[in-house]
Amino acid sequence: MMPTGTDPGTANTAFAGIGLDSHPVTVIEPSKGWVAIKLSELWEYRELLYFLTWREVKVRYKQTALGAAWAVIQPLFTMLVFSLFFGRLAKVPSDNIPYPLFCLAGLVPWTFFANGLSQSSTSLVTSSNLISKVYFPRLTIPLSAVLSGAVDFTISLALLVCAMVFYRQVPPVRCLYLPLFFLLAFVTALGVGLWLSALNVKYRDVRYTIPFLTQFWMFATPIAYPSSLLREPWRAVYGLNPMAGVVEGFRWALVGADTAPGPMIAASSCAAMLILVGGSFYFQRMEKTFADVV
Amino acid sequence: MSDIAIRAENLGKQYHIGALQLAGGRYTYGSLRDSIANAASAPFRIVRSWIGRDQKVNDTDPTIWALKDVSFEIKRGDIVGVIGRNGAGKSTLLKLLARITKPTTGRAEIHGRVGSLLEVGTGFHPELTGRDNIYLNGSILGMKRAEIARHFDEIVAFAEVEQFIDTPVKHYSTGMYLRLAFAVAAHLETDVLLVDEVLAVGDYRFQEKCLGKMRDVATTGRTILFVSHSMASIQRLCKRAIEISGGRIAADGTPAAVIAQYIGGSLGDTFTEAADPVRPTITRAALVLKEQALLLSVDFESPFTLTPPVFGFVIYNSLGTPVFGTNNTADPISPPPQPSRAGRFEVAIPADHFRPDRYLFSFWLGDPFTDYCVREMVLQVELNGSVGGGLPTEGNGNIYLNTEWRYETVPQSKPL
Repeated sequence: MMPTGTDPGTANTAFAGIGLDSHPVTVIEPSKGWVAIKLSELWEYRELLYFLTWREVKVRYKQTALGAAWAVIQPLFTMLVFSLFFGRLAKVPSDNIPYPLFCLAGLVPWTFFANGLSQSSTSLVTSSNLISKVYFPRLTIPLSAVLSGAVDFTISLALLVCAMVFYRQVPPVRCLYLPLFFLLAFVTALGVGLWLSALNVKYRDVRYTIPFLTQFWMFATPIAYPSSLLREPWRAVYGLNPMAGVVEGFRWALVGADTAPGPMIAASSCAAMLILVGGSFYFQRMEKTFADVV
Repeated sequence: MSDIAIRAENLGKQYHIGALQLAGGRYTYGSLRDSIANAASAPFRIVRSWIGRDQKVNDTDPTIWALKDVSFEIKRGDIVGVIGRNGAGKSTLLKLLARITKPTTGRAEIHGRVGSLLEVGTGFHPELTGRDNIYLNGSILGMKRAEIARHFDEIVAFAEVEQFIDTPVKHYSTGMYLRLAFAVAAHLETDVLLVDEVLAVGDYRFQEKCLGKMRDVATTGRTILFVSHSMASIQRLCKRAIEISGGRIAADGTPAAVIAQYIGGSLGDTFTEAADPVRPTITRAALVLKEQALLLSVDFESPFTLTPPVFGFVIYNSLGTPVFGTNNTADPISPPPQPSRAGRFEVAIPADHFRPDRYLFSFWLGDPFTDYCVREMVLQVELNGSVGGGLPTEGNGNIYLNTEWRYETVPQSKPL
């Protein structure tokens, strides 16, 4: 039998050479209550995470006529509608940025968030055949659902760049902060996704609340209007909606809105971390019952 | 070091059956409304239990032990078969050992890398090509990418899908799909393998190939825990068998002994069943041993006319291997049966062709196109005659034929 010790993942067990007793021991025991998050295990299963994400990306636009163009159509058409109704007709202020650009800079991260949220929330239930047949850290499922949205995000970001070229908007140096705001959107989507996916296993009601939730959340996020409508301490309080920080962060970094959103982003980061940590613990606590309930 | 691969101590798994489908061993999901309604009525129930009027307060959340007090040890390199009726707890045991679900009580230890094959083709995506699915399925089963790449050609060759490897699997035939799925699973290189019924795929030739592969795997010193309904596979593959019944270990020993106990269980020489209003039913079957013949008589009733009725039976030995089977198409009756809604078949089976053993009978009833009623292993008879000239059944087979012998002395071709 060929030992698989050439692989770095099992190197520590193969290192002991001939000793068969160096094999890992799996202990199966009842577990109760809150358990520690096993990040090391997640790392061990990184290849599975990669393949699950890759599967999501690969099948997302299979057998669609427009394919990946959908990643552009979604934010583009929302932008057109918003520009017409909010920008033209309602004359909503836009921090001295052309309204379509202002709106698109918010819609691009928002679309990533909303898709990641709804994909990950239903991910456990749609993967029930995996959950009931194979063991692996369940965290990989909602995680891969959010990660796979990064491809769509990149495509729609290209749309935003096109819009910036169209409006002759040169990105300021602070656009280097953009990955951080993307990370913030990612953390928020994953955090909420963890809560909802674990809840959805037990209560399928979640599925029906998602469209409502994303719609509600969208209007609670400064996409069609600027958060500068609020005065400061209230603007920072508004940042407790993590997506408010993300959207204002994108505008600040890319299209040069001069409304420094510092306190707001600090509030958003804290809120997002809280959601993620809480979601991880709740997810881990429910994880052991998934196979029985799903 | 210990040479134990799997050690289980008092493993138990309790399910809430308030909303449980027993067969699958899973809950159905509740809605939030039910939970709220339940929570709202809980105080009333508790108060009632204080007053002592309502003794059955626990009945609102009944539980069942799908598995209870299961303890065993399996040595490194052993192939152990697990048998039991549907719902006995076999799959629950595998799920616990595979870490898919957590035990309620007890503890188990598995030494070495564990792989579980509870289903073939887990995670296969119809839109992806065969190549993509090999990588995806392999990584879901716990293989490293390098490992899959190393076995890739072997897997494709084993599955016999070379030409179609870049075709989406939704265009595959069922056979190709299953072959590919099994091929990936068969190349899983773990120290301990937990297998559930995956051999029940594909045609006969491929099943044989799979069994062969399993035997090869076994010779490499890996430990296999193998759940199956196929007594023949367990007989051929395993050195040891465990029977699970009602969530507990009912028997543990050599496959022959355990299988004999399992299928012998509680069968008699008559079988009755109520007529079904929508399907043809075998209402009564009885076996009588008279002189040198086994007389089988079978009554049936049908809500519609069978044109004409066709009846067949298969006789198994005590290990569950089919010994003989026939039907009235293969052995026509004269005069032939008339189209009818009820009738009785009588078959005389020469008993002097069977060596001593316990024999089990399966039946099926239909018309020339459809089998309407199949009853597997529902009758048994013990034959203890002196058939076979005193040769033991084991090693000489169940069937005894009246052979004709001659002997003559012949001159030596070359004198010594």
